[in-house]
Amino acid sequence: MNFDFSDDQKQLRDEARRFLTEKCPPKAVRAVIDGKAPYDRELWKGLADMGFLGVAIPEAFGGSGAGHLELCVIAEEMGRALAPVPFSSTVYLAAEALLLAGSDAQKQKWLPAIAQGNAIGTLALFEGSGNPSPKAIKLTAANGVLNGTKKPVADGAIADFAIVAARTGSTGRDTDIALYLVDLTSEGVEAKALTSIDPSRNQAEISFKNVKAELLGAANEGWSILSQVLDRAAVLIGFEQVGGSDRALEMGRDYALDRIAFGRQIGSFQAVKHMLADMYVSATLARSNCYYGAWALSTNASELPEAAAAARISATQAFQHCSKNNIQVHGGMGFTWEFDCHLYYRRSNAVAVGLGSLSYWEDQLIERMRQKNAA
Amino acid sequence: MNFDDTPQEAEFRAVARKWIDANAPKELEAELTKPSAKRASEKRDAMLDVAKAWQKKKADAGWACLHWPKEYGGRGSTPIERVIWQQEEGVYDKLARPFAIGQGMCGPTVMAYASEDQKRKYLPPLASGEKVWCQLFSEPAGGSDVAGLRTRAEKDGDDWIVNGQKIWTSGAHYSDYGILITRTDPNVPKHKGLTMFFLDMKSEGVEVKPIKQANGMQEFNEVFFTNVRIPDSQRLGAVGDGWNVSLTTLMNERMSIGSRVATGFPELFEYCSNLMLEDGLAIDDPNVRSKLASWAVKNSGLKYTSYRSISALSKGERPGPENSIGKLVSGMMMQDIAMFAADLQGASGALVGADAEAAGEFQATILGSPSMRIAGGTDEILRNIIAERVLGLPGDIRVDKDVPFNKVPTKGR
Repeated sequence: MNFDFSDDQKQLRDEARRFLTEKCPPKAVRAVIDGKAPYDRELWKGLADMGFLGVAIPEAFGGSGAGHLELCVIAEEMGRALAPVPFSSTVYLAAEALLLAGSDAQKQKWLPAIAQGNAIGTLALFEGSGNPSPKAIKLTAANGVLNGTKKPVADGAIADFAIVAARTGSTGRDTDIALYLVDLTSEGVEAKALTSIDPSRNQAEISFKNVKAELLGAANEGWSILSQVLDRAAVLIGFEQVGGSDRALEMGRDYALDRIAFGRQIGSFQAVKHMLADMYVSATLARSNCYYGAWALSTNASELPEAAAAARISATQAFQHCSKNNIQVHGGMGFTWEFDCHLYYRRSNAVAVGLGSLSYWEDQLIERMRQKNAA
Repeated sequence: MNFDDTPQEAEFRAVARKWIDANAPKELEAELTKPSAKRASEKRDAMLDVAKAWQKKKADAGWACLHWPKEYGGRGSTPIERVIWQQEEGVYDKLARPFAIGQGMCGPTVMAYASEDQKRKYLPPLASGEKVWCQLFSEPAGGSDVAGLRTRAEKDGDDWIVNGQKIWTSGAHYSDYGILITRTDPNVPKHKGLTMFFLDMKSEGVEVKPIKQANGMQEFNEVFFTNVRIPDSQRLGAVGDGWNVSLTTLMNERMSIGSRVATGFPELFEYCSNLMLEDGLAIDDPNVRSKLASWAVKNSGLKYTSYRSISALSKGERPGPENSIGKLVSGMMMQDIAMFAADLQGASGALVGADAEAAGEFQATILGSPSMRIAGGTDEILRNIIAERVLGLPGDIRVDKDVPFNKVPTKGR
């Protein structure tokens, strides 16, 4: 059994950590949070130069073709550093959708641009509150023309193109939903920035008025493609959450060692120690579930839907658990703007719902386990 | 990243599987597969003969205590081979329960501290299950604080005279030998005045009494020592070094990598998949789903954490401390899951045994599971271990550390 990343993959992880430690310190995250820029352009370019944007994109489309396990280790570091760039929207969602369902021409147009850092992509799925569901999609597509509004769209205000989920019929079946690829500079597209609980990653509302768009994949397979994209993204974002969990745990641990109260290190009080031990337990369970997700993703295993849901749930729980208790360990200082605890807390609460909420994925997991048992 | 054996591992697995196929007591498979099998085997005496027969058969063919040296009754196997054996042994591993403490904890201590003659005499019959060993550590006044123990051993010529009481001793009533930690000097701080021995459990003055537990069962014992004479040759380690010797024993308690811990989740999932509530199957209820999902990911998280440890072993690495979370997570889960299942049963959830739903399995777990959060290290001790050894946080401030043991207060008020 070799249920671990290879030495080369671990080396890539170290390389990504060194790069991000230097190029993405908390100061860089705060620059975006403070509204000085919608995202860190220099970091984005640097990620392209390092080859990180195209790590899972085949060489034929301008990537390095390394694979998804390599992308997982980079994702962990991106989450750890709270990188304020549209990585997840572009790489986990848009690029994955193109890889799964794009025509050769679509891939040729967008994938090399993604790998080079010249194109930001996103997935435009949600229309107000609620979870992923064919029923919730009202935006219409008729004769390749889109009408409707998507909200929230992660990185929607800075994206160059979007994969848009649209309704093509009203039979009530999943086949009513098709995916469209939209150049967001097209006429009739209007993006408006929204305020987010995590301003290090922007959110937008995008309205489509008679926008011409091209199909991505077969018209009746939109929902099926979308489900696969969400599963793949669940694993990858899971690794970001694992990275964030670990960092929040480390911050809490370090503070518990440094801070003296009642004449002793606060880390010597069991109330604090046990809180940190429980954070370690959550983070470890999440990491192990995500490793299984990584295996399923990289081998395209039939277990992927179940593995992805488990990774998503476990990682969401761990990141929220670790980031909230990191503040608790810090006490009052943890609730200041100056300390970085809230950056992790914000990110954990944004990613917890960004791909569908915890309860949505809980429902998905049990449904998938049940179907497997019935089979 | 894969789940495949190396060629050597695959070969070892094939040999193990073939032998188990040809030799396992298949007539017991159905009984051992039941979730209640754990309790059944701990009702012990009925299963003890069967367990001993299987252990002896394994030992004769070289499949007992795989990681021990051959001269002491083992096979000289690598750690990963031991894990593969456990995987292949499957449900029959439950039959090894009466020997778990002896082989897992007493054996390694004897191996580390006894004379060569003693090792050759005592270890092979321990490996083969012909002799059963127990561990006499816990006392009424020393549970988590093991070093607070009060059982006295006083030197008398070439012997030691032991007086005192141990508690929570699994298998004491069918054990042939035990390892015993005693206080030999109460005038020094508590960790410094301890000494370890092994003894024949049939020695005069040893009295074993079963403890009636909170769940009504009797799985453990109290052991009383009245002027029990132990030869000095049966001392393990130096006089006053018993604490360090006991750490050898307790460290081995953690060597259970690869053996899946029971969480209760598969049983609950199965139950909810078939249980009809007023509005349909329990598993279709959103509240039930949410709870199931949270436990599902803990269950799978533990499973894949143990796979990560096995992978480390396979590469010849020492597994990291991540394996230490298994007991902490599973103990709490068992209890919570059982309470949830009973809750789904409504008023009938208050019944037990044959009168209860699902043969009373969940109620039996409600009543038995508090012990899972205490025995072998309480949840709180495990959190201390994670905090101190994994995260590097400071140890507790110990007010009794530099105080002679006989000056440490013994009552709260």
